[in-house]
Amino acid sequence: MAKTKTTFRKTPTGISGLDEITNGGFPKGRPVLICGSAGCGKTLFATQFLIKGITEYNEPGVLMSFEETTADIKQNVKSLGFDLDTLIAQKKLRVDYVRIERSEIEETGEFDLEGLFIRLNHAIDSIGAKRVVLDTIESLFSGMDNMALLRSEIRRLFQWLKEKGVTAIITGEKGENTLTRQGLEEYVSDCVILLDFRVINQIATRRLRIVKYRGSTHGTNEYPFLIDEEGISVIPVTSLKLDYKSSTEIISTGLPALDKLFSGGGIYRAGSTLITGTAGTAKTILASYFAISSCKRKESVLYFSFEESPDQLGRNMATIGINFKSPVKSNLLHIHASRPSLQGLEMHLLMILRLVEKFKPRTVIIDPISSLISIGTTSEVRGMLVRLMDTLKTKQINALFTSLTHQQSGESREITVDAVSSLADTWIDMQNIVKEDGHIRTLHIVKARGMGHANTEQPFYITDKGIQFPTTKK
Amino acid sequence: MPKKEKWELRLYIAGQTPKSILALQNITKYCKQHLAGQYSIQVIDLLKNPQLAEGDQIFAIPTLVRKFPEPIRKIIGDLSNEEKVLVGLNIRPLTI
Repeated sequence: MAKTKTTFRKTPTGISGLDEITNGGFPKGRPVLICGSAGCGKTLFATQFLIKGITEYNEPGVLMSFEETTADIKQNVKSLGFDLDTLIAQKKLRVDYVRIERSEIEETGEFDLEGLFIRLNHAIDSIGAKRVVLDTIESLFSGMDNMALLRSEIRRLFQWLKEKGVTAIITGEKGENTLTRQGLEEYVSDCVILLDFRVINQIATRRLRIVKYRGSTHGTNEYPFLIDEEGISVIPVTSLKLDYKSSTEIISTGLPALDKLFSGGGIYRAGSTLITGTAGTAKTILASYFAISSCKRKESVLYFSFEESPDQLGRNMATIGINFKSPVKSNLLHIHASRPSLQGLEMHLLMILRLVEKFKPRTVIIDPISSLISIGTTSEVRGMLVRLMDTLKTKQINALFTSLTHQQSGESREITVDAVSSLADTWIDMQNIVKEDGHIRTLHIVKARGMGHANTEQPFYITDKGIQFPTTKK
Repeated sequence: MPKKEKWELRLYIAGQTPKSILALQNITKYCKQHLAGQYSIQVIDLLKNPQLAEGDQIFAIPTLVRKFPEPIRKIIGDLSNEEKVLVGLNIRPLTI
């Protein structure tokens, strides 16, 4: 993944997405500073670095905590599915809680922090640790008077960590005008990462930024990250490369009559298809045809339904002769339904990507994508859709999105169309046209990249046998 | 003669550094003066027994720990300020 000439070695962070942004991880054998305000996820970040180091890269780790007791830490990470006790018993992890109780400590005369060094050294050597976390060393400052001494000792500590050759994370609380309250960034200068937590429109978003990474290229944007039951994941917004393979294989849309409107007799595999239309123009039905056609090819489908429950969707499709039950039973079709407003945009993207990772579908349907648009700003939505489409393309997955538009071309229509249409390879627009004797449903192909297509509006009916085109009837 | 309260002190050092030697000299001197016959000082060299640092929550060197009488008190540094040490160990109030 790293395009850079490797001038120095890196340690994978174990935080999904972060290695991509840092071109391979943290600088091996050097300290990294993670800073941010209270509750931004520093401790979890650091803990995950240690645990994944053990479970995925077989690098034992030491956690020296200055704030939380060992029992507290165990408890906290348990909810994320990390079991520290097992790792400790396997001699892969050591947790050392350093308690500094000001009220029981008196200072007189000269001293140094050699005790801390010895403790850390002992912990590292006893399990052969390659990774170390100091969380939060700034606690020392509140427990002691002699600041000058403390500073020089901390400087010595970081130097010592380097000489020891361990990759260390040092956490620090954000100060008013500085990255950390005690200016730790002066001492740890190789790699500094800032975590941020804000609430926008009542939806909490966490962001990560690499402030500094000496000697390495890295992404400079703010990257959203998530904390969920699987720990921290960073979403690389702009790691977009237009270098995916393009298939020449043609697949069916599920409707033979629709296939015929394309000069290729269908659409390209691993393309992205957009279906737009106002309410009640049979977008979901078309999407269902697409799903079934994939199932018929024995290619699994992941169907995200943001408006209907799986049950309701199945019932409705059954009335027009589309059978969802048997593909669901045979695990070819997974329907995942949720309300968009429940989560932030990033959470959605991550959920989608996680499920894609889990089921490894060949076809993904998002119905409708417009409901996601209500929960973010235009640029956010666009950013997310780009990331999503790109990921699906790279994985050679057929993607289909439906999008609700409004009769009066209001602002939301603009957003949807703007955000999605330029990314879609195929765009089918569906309409309800009012005639004297009622409505007529039509569809027309707005664009189809890389192939010719019919330019006329095709009327169709919805019968109990599904979509019927009058022209195909003989 | 009924046995009096015994003072249990521990001094944590890391090798024979000037600070450690000074601290030991100081505490021995104060104890002889103020706690004659009712104290014990155990010197723990963390270079030899690093695993002992965790138990008493040692991070600075030298550290003097009053294990008994409770509660535990800690004094870090070379103990050069007699006044502070005596107050810190709660020996002082008797002799002003």
